[in-house]
Amino acid sequence: MKISDIVKILNAKILYANDELLNREVNSACASDMMSDVLAYVKDQAVLITGLCNPQIVRTAEMMDMVCIVLVRGKIPDSATLELAKERNIAMLASPSRMFAACGILYEAGLKPEG
Amino acid sequence: MPDAIHMEFDVAGNNFVSAGAATNHVKDTLRNLGIPNKDVRRIAIAMYEAEINMVIHACGGKAYVDIYADKVEVLLEDKGKGIENIELAMQPGWSTANDDIRDLGFGAGMGLPNIKKYTDEFKIESEVGKGTKVYLKVNFS
Repeated sequence: MKISDIVKILNAKILYANDELLNREVNSACASDMMSDVLAYVKDQAVLITGLCNPQIVRTAEMMDMVCIVLVRGKIPDSATLELAKERNIAMLASPSRMFAACGILYEAGLKPEG
Repeated sequence: MPDAIHMEFDVAGNNFVSAGAATNHVKDTLRNLGIPNKDVRRIAIAMYEAEINMVIHACGGKAYVDIYADKVEVLLEDKGKGIENIELAMQPGWSTANDDIRDLGFGAGMGLPNIKKYTDEFKIESEVGKGTKVYLKVNFS
């Protein structure tokens, strides 16, 4: 699926993206509020689903070569986090869904744990 | 590429916005040099965990990076409170982090185990009350 499909199926608000990012194909995702747990399993995952909301989610996504962060539970990050997402060119979406629901919806739509 | 590239960074303590910036810089540099992506990711994760440790536990410190044709070496030095029991600190899940650190998404006790997992060489020396030195090496494939 494309990042633009995630926006649609999760009813997400685009906090940062551009056309190039929205058209990017993504096949895999990882969900956690603990960044070290994300960093513990190197796989080709493209999407980070998290309820954590600080600049370190962008740093972690960047280290793992992830291209999209989905914030769950309707969280809106501070300006420093958003600025960093722009600087590192990582799409940032906010979904009203809770973590379990967001994961289930994306899994059913075809996102898998590994790329 | 030139024979070697040397970089030095001041890592600010307790600054959770800039934490990871030094690692980002190193990652960009390695990528621009055409180093294989999986090697870049390994050193990026290891250095990021070590950088975060310096920010949250040790009031910051210095990072020295040397990039050669076949490997990258990183030395991180801080004058923080040191680690009492390194063996214990290496155990997955063991952590001294407080709730503030956990709120940032760290303190799961995976930092040092992650560093060990992703590097080809990892050395840690620490003296309580004096500080900690962490050495990382990743060979390029």
